[in-house]
Amino acid sequence: MSDLTRLDGAALAGLLRSGEVSSVEATQAHLDRIAAVDGELHAFLHVNAGALDEARRIDERRAAGEPLHELAGAPVAIKDVLCTIGMPSTSGSRILEGWVPPYDATPVARLKAAGLVALGKTNMDEFAMGSSTEHSAYGPTRNPWALDRIPGGSGGGSAAAVAAFEAPFALGSDTGGSIRQPAAVTGSVGVKPTYGGVSRYGAISLASSLDQVGPVSRTVLDSALVHDVIGGHDPHDSTSLDRDWPSFAAAAREGAATGSLAGLRVGVIRELDAEGIAPDVAARFHETVRVIESAGGEVVEVSMPSVEHAVAAYYLILPAEASSNLARFDSVRFGMRVERPGQTVEDVMAATREAGFGPEVKRRIILGTYALSAGYYDAYYGSAQQVRTLVQRDFDAAFAQADVLVSPSAPTTAFRFGEKIDDPLAMYANDVTTIPANLAGIPGMSIPMGLGDDGLPVGLQLLAPLFEDARLYRAGATIEALLAEQWGGILAHQAPTLTEVAR
Amino acid sequence: MKDRLMDFDEALERYEPVLGFEVHVELGTRTKMFSAAPNPAHPDHHDAPPNTLVDPLSLGLPGSLPVVNETAIRYSISLGLALGCEIAESSRFARKNYYYPDTPKNYQISQYDEPIAFEGSVEVQLADGTLLDIPIERAHMEEDAGKLTHVGGSTGRIQGASSSLVDYNRAGVPLVEIVTKPIIGAEHAAPEIARAYVAAVRDIVLSLGISEARMERGNLRCDANVSLRPRGQERLGTRTETKNVNSMRSVERAVRYEIQRQAAILADGGTITQETRHWHEDTGTTSPGRPKSDADDYRYFPEPDLLPVQPTRELVEELRAALPEQPGVRKRRLQGEWGFTDLELQDVVNAGLLATIEATVDAGASPASARKWWTGEIARVANERGVDAASLVSPAHVAELQLLVDGGTLTDRLARQALEGVVAGEGSPSEVVEARGLQVVTDESALVAAVDEALAAQPDVLARIRDGKVQAAGAVIGAVMKAMRGQADAARVREIVLERAAQP
Amino acid sequence: MSDITREQVEHLGRLARIALTDEEVASLATELSAIVDAIATISEVVGPDVPATSHPVPLANVTRPDVEGETLTLEQALSGAPDHDGERFRVSAILGEEQ
Repeated sequence: MSDLTRLDGAALAGLLRSGEVSSVEATQAHLDRIAAVDGELHAFLHVNAGALDEARRIDERRAAGEPLHELAGAPVAIKDVLCTIGMPSTSGSRILEGWVPPYDATPVARLKAAGLVALGKTNMDEFAMGSSTEHSAYGPTRNPWALDRIPGGSGGGSAAAVAAFEAPFALGSDTGGSIRQPAAVTGSVGVKPTYGGVSRYGAISLASSLDQVGPVSRTVLDSALVHDVIGGHDPHDSTSLDRDWPSFAAAAREGAATGSLAGLRVGVIRELDAEGIAPDVAARFHETVRVIESAGGEVVEVSMPSVEHAVAAYYLILPAEASSNLARFDSVRFGMRVERPGQTVEDVMAATREAGFGPEVKRRIILGTYALSAGYYDAYYGSAQQVRTLVQRDFDAAFAQADVLVSPSAPTTAFRFGEKIDDPLAMYANDVTTIPANLAGIPGMSIPMGLGDDGLPVGLQLLAPLFEDARLYRAGATIEALLAEQWGGILAHQAPTLTEVAR
Repeated sequence: MKDRLMDFDEALERYEPVLGFEVHVELGTRTKMFSAAPNPAHPDHHDAPPNTLVDPLSLGLPGSLPVVNETAIRYSISLGLALGCEIAESSRFARKNYYYPDTPKNYQISQYDEPIAFEGSVEVQLADGTLLDIPIERAHMEEDAGKLTHVGGSTGRIQGASSSLVDYNRAGVPLVEIVTKPIIGAEHAAPEIARAYVAAVRDIVLSLGISEARMERGNLRCDANVSLRPRGQERLGTRTETKNVNSMRSVERAVRYEIQRQAAILADGGTITQETRHWHEDTGTTSPGRPKSDADDYRYFPEPDLLPVQPTRELVEELRAALPEQPGVRKRRLQGEWGFTDLELQDVVNAGLLATIEATVDAGASPASARKWWTGEIARVANERGVDAASLVSPAHVAELQLLVDGGTLTDRLARQALEGVVAGEGSPSEVVEARGLQVVTDESALVAAVDEALAAQPDVLARIRDGKVQAAGAVIGAVMKAMRGQADAARVREIVLERAAQP
Repeated sequence: MSDITREQVEHLGRLARIALTDEEVASLATELSAIVDAIATISEVVGPDVPATSHPVPLANVTRPDVEGETLTLEQALSGAPDHDGERFRVSAILGEEQ
């Protein structure tokens, strides 16, 4: 049997369906790969000891002739931000070390119901605050393309896991780019659905009005397949959208099959094709735009003047909401407690939060507390919400001219560890490309568009209007296919081979 | 430390009291405000063991999210309408951020700048017949906190406790907080107005059927704000907010106490500290509450996990049409139906018993007997214990007691004993009668045997009866009743005594 | 240059229930001043006529029927508790000795 881990998810699922491969075999192959490379990579915080048992049960059900979901038996990696029964869910924080939730997040429950097998929990910046996984309380994840580089963040673990063939599918969460930016710098695919398209129930909240759970994979179709499983209305989340979504997998298959972008108006966002974007990233972007044009896409330039203020608005809204969302970590009902005899509960809470939160989390909680406090609310939080309106208006205007918008997913390729850790503002500025979609709630996708001068992956971001996630999958799959034709396969297969320790 | 108090009349001579009330009403929905966990304020879930009515949201577990209870919205709108309020076209929830171990998320989901209902008024009537409108500023929706039990201290109080235990069953119970505008001009009637206002709100809540409104259970809680200003001064004085006032009687006492306490401080040239104070039922005093170091900065912001509530005008009109009649109209109607005198009705209203008596009548008692029970024996026991009458026994049980009397199973005296059993929690009246063996002895042969025995024991009395001295029968009746442990109908015993005495 | 003072940071630390060390207070004061400088400009870019957006997708009246759902067992409820007495969560004294 050829290495099952090299197959994309759709192909592996096909072998599972036809019975050529059992779920136990597929799961074991990925567990072996994790055992072989994750010591160096550190994409996983926890590996599911029950994975093979779950796989065996799927095989038994299949053998009994039970009709199963098309992805049943396929393995999946889950970002540690999501609550999982039976597996610790720490959100990358010391304050939740060892906490095992008594309930499953809705996206996790839906994967389980479809028969996917959870391989484990992936690493992330603490509470999803960061762009590099350097803020994980459990140490960073390395980029499989270059071990001295960041895998992006906050969902660096999920992106590295799929890029390093530890899993075909993964879940992420995207508050300001935490799915798309790691996908870009690891040469994988990641999708932030329309806000409300996937339930947030059981996803440990960072910023409630920005957070969105989504898929991570090596191909557009694989993301679409996962999105079809996890998406749709959930009565446990008030902000979940109650509407009929089309099949995203069908859209991706159509897009890959046509090979043409004829009739598609593609808007290039002027403000994200400017200074601040590294020259090699800009070069790959312009080449990709030419590929789009040659495939029949009608390329237009659009302007979004509010982008200039989006990062500032984001870094007010996020800390404000986070400061409140993270108040529940108080040592009373779950998680860590730091206590000395004679202390009041107030002292214990303050000592626990001091010891349990890392520096970036404290920084943002304090900033958010400041932005919401008496006398500052209108100038900061209030103004930020107004900027949000401006960003939405800019997108409305842009989408009047174009069906999808494109930009680089991130301004640079993966940076080195330590390069920006002491400069929060530089780290924040890195999110300029991805943040506007979260402020407006629109869907966004990152797909690989080649390699930078340093040989590291560069991502193309596609954006669509609210509810038009299918448009991203269709166009994304077409572009992916056109590029794969040039490259002789998807980009992920160009990654350097990782040293495997003895299995 | 004992507070110095000024004589009430003197305090009123020198200072003008200004009142304000925040009344919290727990809604009796089946589930909580923002999650499907069972609501301990619903009759099916009273007395559930600690932490058994909880789901991820009740514990503030990471990842849990709120979803608004549709029935709680309807109840809140109905209550707003019954308070004469406008119903907002768009209303939203906000987070009130503060740390306290009974608050599982360390923020309370409440409403801030866009409450569901605003600008209303409640009519109250005083003992002398005066009608007053209490102005309502707003009524907003929010969630209740869990319950703390303090251990290791001497008194179960927070002071001196070594640790506290938390039960989150109550966390998330739907609340409506009704806030009055400052009430000016109350003067000597201030304590009475306080009581009458809470009674009026309780009546409204009961007539809407949205809460059991039992103050002793915390279904209805009143925070009383009191400030004084010297006669002739325009500016309002510094106010205190007295919490934990859990009976109508206590509301009246607490307002009176705060007026007397504040007057004594002001008269000494002192200043009033703006603070929360706690009411102590046992001593009839208030004391400073827990210090709130960050009380002035709750960092309210719109709850991002919830969406605006925009009641359609159709819904508002539907709920308006379904409102019970206006309190004044209702009082006049019930007076007509029940045949109460003005004085009798006023007694009932001031005691906050109108809805209770109505429920008792609905359960089958006659209006006169219902009034007699509630303003008589039950009021007496309540007064002895310093609680509200309605907290002692349910209307259905009172009606059942009266039916037992009407049916001849109980005498009035036995019925009072049965009531005692019901109040002590021994069960329904029938169960108490059964368990205590209280029913009237109607077995004629047993009565005849007892009479014969008593007559035989007192031959001199028998002789006097036979001589025509009928009043002498009393001694025999007494002996029979004693032998029957009071469980006989004395009139019937008398008849039998005379019958048996007349026989040779 | 917006100056966030050490006293402000200490106050914010109390509001946020984090027992910041002296070093943290000092570095946060510097960092926050820089961050606030970078973001404070936004109050100047919007006029009063721009409405605030608190939800990216405008919805209203999302409610659920008043029907009981699943609850946690007592064991599940207490499973993550740092301290409990078998039925309730235990915390240290709420008031200090001097209170």
